[in-house]
Amino acid sequence: MRITCPYCGERDRREFYYRGAATDLDRPAPDAGEEAWENFVFLRENPAGVTRDLWYHEGGCGAWVVVTRNTVTHEVLETRLASEARS
Amino acid sequence: MRIKGKGLIDRSRSIPFMFDGVRYSGFEGDTLASALLANGVRLMGRSFKYHRPRGVLTAGSEEPNALVTVGSGASQEPNVRATVQEIYAGLEACSQNRWPSLNFDLLAANDLAAPFLGAGFYYKTFMWPKSFWEKVYEPIIRRAAGLGALSGQDNVDKYERAWAFCDLLVIGAGPAGLMAALVAGRAGADVILADEGSRMGGRLLAETYEIDGKPGHVWVDEVQAELEAMDNVRLMTRTSVAGVYDQGTYAALERVHHHDGRHPHGAPLETFWRIVAKRSVLAAGALERPVAFRDNDRPGIMTAGAVRAYLNRWGVSAGKNVTVFGNTDDIHRTARDLLAAGVHVAAVIDSRHDAPLSDDYPVLRGAQVCGSSGRKGLEAITVRRPSGEERIQTDCLAMTGGWNPSVHLTCHMNGRPTWRRDIAAFVPTPGAVPGMVPAGACNGSFSTAACLREGIAAAGEALADLGVKLPEVAVPEAEDTPYEIAQLWAVPGKGRAWLDFQNDVTVKDVKQAAVENFRSVEHMKRYTTQGMATDQGKNSNVAALAVLADATGRGISETGTTTFRPPYAPVSIAAIAAGAEGRGFRPQRFTTSHKASVARGAPMIEAGLWYRPSYFPKPGETTWRQSCDREVRMVREAVGVCDVSTLGKIDIQGPDAGAFLDFVYTNMFSTLKVGRVRYGLMLREDGYVMDDGTTARLGQHHYLMTTTTAAAGDVMKHLEFVHQGLRPELDVCFASVTEQWAQFAVAGPKSRDLLNGLLEKPLSDEEWPFMACGPVKVLGVEGRLFRISFSGEHAYEIAVPARYGASLFDILAERAEALGGGPYGMEALNVLRIEKGHITHAEIHGRTTAFDIGMGRMVSQKKDCIGKTMSERPGLEEEGREQLVGLKPVGESKQLLAGAHLYNEGAEPTRVNDQGYVTSVCYSPTLGHMIGLGFLADGPERHGETVKMVDGLRGVTTLCKVVDPVFFDPEGGRVRG
Amino acid sequence: MRFSGLRVLKEGLTGNKGWTPHWRDPEPRPEYDIVIIGGGGHGLSTAYYLAKEHGLTNVAVLEKGYIGGGNVGRNTTIVRANYFLQGNSEFYSHSLKLWEGLEEDLNYNVMHSQRGIINLFHSDGQRDAAARRGNMMISQGDDAILLSRDELRKMLPYLNYDDLRFPIYGGLYHPRGGTARHDAVAWGYARGADQRGVDLIQNCEVTGIDIKNGAVRGVQTTRGPIRARKVAMVVAGRSSQVAAMAGMRLPIESHVLQAFVTEGLKPVIDHVVTFGMGHFYISQSDKGGLVFGGDLDFYASYAARGNLPTVENVMEAGMALMPMIGKARVLRSWGGIMDMSPDGSPIIDRTHIDGLYLNCGWNYGGFKAVPGSGHVFAHLIATDRHHENATKFRLDRFRTGRGVMDEEGKGSQHNLH
Repeated sequence: MRITCPYCGERDRREFYYRGAATDLDRPAPDAGEEAWENFVFLRENPAGVTRDLWYHEGGCGAWVVVTRNTVTHEVLETRLASEARS
Repeated sequence: MRIKGKGLIDRSRSIPFMFDGVRYSGFEGDTLASALLANGVRLMGRSFKYHRPRGVLTAGSEEPNALVTVGSGASQEPNVRATVQEIYAGLEACSQNRWPSLNFDLLAANDLAAPFLGAGFYYKTFMWPKSFWEKVYEPIIRRAAGLGALSGQDNVDKYERAWAFCDLLVIGAGPAGLMAALVAGRAGADVILADEGSRMGGRLLAETYEIDGKPGHVWVDEVQAELEAMDNVRLMTRTSVAGVYDQGTYAALERVHHHDGRHPHGAPLETFWRIVAKRSVLAAGALERPVAFRDNDRPGIMTAGAVRAYLNRWGVSAGKNVTVFGNTDDIHRTARDLLAAGVHVAAVIDSRHDAPLSDDYPVLRGAQVCGSSGRKGLEAITVRRPSGEERIQTDCLAMTGGWNPSVHLTCHMNGRPTWRRDIAAFVPTPGAVPGMVPAGACNGSFSTAACLREGIAAAGEALADLGVKLPEVAVPEAEDTPYEIAQLWAVPGKGRAWLDFQNDVTVKDVKQAAVENFRSVEHMKRYTTQGMATDQGKNSNVAALAVLADATGRGISETGTTTFRPPYAPVSIAAIAAGAEGRGFRPQRFTTSHKASVARGAPMIEAGLWYRPSYFPKPGETTWRQSCDREVRMVREAVGVCDVSTLGKIDIQGPDAGAFLDFVYTNMFSTLKVGRVRYGLMLREDGYVMDDGTTARLGQHHYLMTTTTAAAGDVMKHLEFVHQGLRPELDVCFASVTEQWAQFAVAGPKSRDLLNGLLEKPLSDEEWPFMACGPVKVLGVEGRLFRISFSGEHAYEIAVPARYGASLFDILAERAEALGGGPYGMEALNVLRIEKGHITHAEIHGRTTAFDIGMGRMVSQKKDCIGKTMSERPGLEEEGREQLVGLKPVGESKQLLAGAHLYNEGAEPTRVNDQGYVTSVCYSPTLGHMIGLGFLADGPERHGETVKMVDGLRGVTTLCKVVDPVFFDPEGGRVRG
Repeated sequence: MRFSGLRVLKEGLTGNKGWTPHWRDPEPRPEYDIVIIGGGGHGLSTAYYLAKEHGLTNVAVLEKGYIGGGNVGRNTTIVRANYFLQGNSEFYSHSLKLWEGLEEDLNYNVMHSQRGIINLFHSDGQRDAAARRGNMMISQGDDAILLSRDELRKMLPYLNYDDLRFPIYGGLYHPRGGTARHDAVAWGYARGADQRGVDLIQNCEVTGIDIKNGAVRGVQTTRGPIRARKVAMVVAGRSSQVAAMAGMRLPIESHVLQAFVTEGLKPVIDHVVTFGMGHFYISQSDKGGLVFGGDLDFYASYAARGNLPTVENVMEAGMALMPMIGKARVLRSWGGIMDMSPDGSPIIDRTHIDGLYLNCGWNYGGFKAVPGSGHVFAHLIATDRHHENATKFRLDRFRTGRGVMDEEGKGSQHNLH
């Protein structure tokens, strides 16, 4: 598997650390309530298809990258810096 | 039988080798199988279940029968295909899965019991009595099963892993692959051409075809010479592309030195390649399939293509009196090749009623072979014709049921092949692997001309969107005969007709599976083990599928296939893992004091990837405890020195550094004064403790964070995530400086005395109070000093650039010794911290909260931080949680054990009564008894209570008093004094 | 038909003509008392125990492919009860006891082989953690033995004791642990359920769950609608998709776990051995193949196939630990889809919809749980009360923080368990 780091270009998957769904970027306000927080920390859309998830270029530049990807085919559709990708 | 003048072997070089202890000789270029056939050896193996005598079936890596063990001792290699292994002087091969010998195998008795050992028999029996499964049945089955044996010795051979990158990977160097590589190479693309054979050419080496009027192998040599001359083309023989992975990543195994048995200095036996290719052309050819008929597994019965390969490539006739059977024109080609070589062809049995006739050999049209005889080698076949059955004497039957395109690699990314009725075969489904274009026989195009044409076209298609323009190339002249086939899978009749030769799966087994409702192809496979042998069903799956389709009244395409999974051909574990043996498994990290510690006799122990000294033995000390106790007393009474460089150090700078730290720590850091250090607690977003450590404020916009050794990498990732992902607006940046700084704890009442000689200015409590930090000059070197303490003593940590670490450690250790102290190791460090109730990852093991470790109040109520909201979930701070306590033995037993569980004094030690567990224990030389830390339900409220520690594993029960986790100097006077 | 050695003998002597289907292929009826979505190991065992323990036989198991086609048919076949947290401990203990009587119960040889499992440890800290685990196993009434390095040397002489990067300190031995023939477990339960009247419906994909007034009414399938008062979702690997039909969002992320088998070899590894430092576990099948695996590929995936970095990591661990397996050749690799939960432990619970039940989140420990999971899930469906050995697998534990069972201590990042 190859992933394109926005800074470094296409690299092997083994240079990256995987965290999980990119919804981790959408941190609720402290007082958003139990449901919003459960949703944020534990529940997942977990699609069989296109998803956005977070990868860290640990063996490279240290960028957190949002990868738009298909979980069924492993096709990588787009990569963006997490710092610029917050929804 | 060797045929004069035939074959691509070097007859000037005779090579001796051994098989089952008998000395034979072959020629340079022979495989073990061709050389044995040339020597008249037909029996080469035994089948898996019934131990039926077997000969070679094929001439390639798909061989199911002729599996042998090569070599002995640590280099012994089981399950080597005799059809792939090239001979070399000194080669020693043995047959396997037989006892006492290949010729006389006692387990062949299984064959007599075959009626009771059919598909799935073991699911229906061996159940009584219950205890017999592990004691009797399973050991017998295990011993009878298996093929070859591992030596049981550690690997001694060298293997390598490598990377390669290219524009175009061409898989297979037959006519299609060679043409694809040639045109791509001429166009200037970076090309890798890989073929599993020992030389390029594929079927062109096995057939008598001509290309552009030249013998096929001559054309191959010319193309190869042109490719070799190109800098942009890499030719890889003996290289099997084993797997297809995402985004154009391919795994390939190169057999570097199996063929010559030599181990030249530094050269590996095998190399495991990771090839990253922008595009690929699959030119993997096709594999011939046998026909199932009664007793079709006798040595001497082989695929027609294999018979031609042995004849044309190796100059060996597989028999003296050959019969040919099948359903395509290939059988006639086989007969012609044999006749041309002077071999007698007894009959050609063509299942097609409209088969062509010949003047040169008898053709039996519309006939089928329905049986064979010959105990350990074929003697005769029985042929069924409309007119009746007929017995024909023969020592070799060349059979074909048609060809299966090698679609395997196109299925590795879940592609399903498409059934083509006209050629009775599965072909790749377009787009099955992104960027891969199939060409030639693997694409269902079997004529030489079609292969050449498709090779060119495939290279063009693959490279088109890379912007590579192909030169005009004329398609070489070659045969273009159409492929005409009449489906023929299994000849009806009594007896056992083999499908999966190695696993002994017969047509009856598949039919029985269908009767028992194992009708799904996956069910049939799993129930009968069809296709689960070392060839992964390459020889048998399609025929088995056809039999199942017939038995269930469905079509083949409706029945579907099982999934081909990587690897295409088996790959040794040693190759994929090359370099990871022993210490190569993970990197080793060494501190700057490593050598000095070793020189002082300290046993070094693993701490994550680091090595740290366990203790520093002194003359006269015979146990670790003696050294450890001394080192603890040394720190408590004089001064000790300990390398703490393995702790993670993260340099944090920027105007928003303080605000950032407030967000990742539970407590405040923006309010920390410059020149001060604070202990910080970090939570995960789910509210549990992630890590702890001290962070120093070195300047207005400059902090230095320390993490635990274990969590250094995780904390770095975490900080970057929180910054880039959650708070990108904060102006702050991070750099790991763990390896840039060597840092030493100098701890004990005499620590200040020790340091005073090294620093520019003497230390004072006024300038350097507890938790102060700042720059210092250490013997003229710019360093940093932190007045912090893990031991609970008056202590400092002193840091210098790593290049000065080794010399500073020596100086500190010597000075400490002069003051009655010395270096101390991990054991003493651990005792010192337990005495003070300081936690490590034994306590913050990912399931504990700030509340559990008594630090609930450290979660600031004035601000938000990572983990704060979730740490307030009811279950994380309510009654009944196991919380940190100290434990002191009070009963007869004085022993504490980490990992033991806690119970109320009078309770039975059963799970339902469990009250907690012990995390850290030590003998405290300071207090004169064992002490422990642990977690106990509602622990802080139970100080003074007696609980029972039970360690069922080690048979220890100890009554303990629950106490405050800080055993020593609870007021903290020493650290400030 | 009852299976026995005598029957095999009799059939063998009469041409094996008398064998009958192991289960029927009935047409789906328009209505059942209970519909179970998912014909994997857990779904089949649930159906079996509903029929056997609760007399509920008006039950259908709906399977979109073929029964036993999910993870029960693609795993490393390990059976154990060596958990150390409350909730898990009693459950897996319960499951292991069911395994121990499974062959007689099902009249099907699932080849449950209690060959023993050894978890190696490589530091003092890991020994302490192993001891905590072993002590919990003993207090639960299961078996655990702490082996020293010297004892291990006698038992597993082929490990690398001399220059392993992380030296072997010892091992936690669980003698009752072992393996089983995975497919046979699915088939045995299928046959048992079928014999008791349960309808196993293959090639029947559920496309919708009918809910009215907060209560389940039935399901829509590719073979037509089916009414039911109770519907159970047991579809690890597809849990999020099926739950979404009921409007639910689960604490599940799907990940790929690869496993490997080598060519057949004569017996060389007699136990199940696990190497925590390399996330590696291995045993040898009765057929002779070394069966082994490692960690996840770590990225969310439904592809049921993995990539090379994990392949290489697994082999590296194997070679580091037991350098004698180097010349064994990997014959086949495959990937399964794991329901990863935020604490590494499963969910067996009712849902907020009346009559809709959920069984998911098995991470990569589902195989050994097949008997236990079906048994306690059947109890929940039949009685609407949690079985005494499965009281903690609550769906709301993440919201409340009560009873989180995080054996790995990795927290809410799903792929770290």
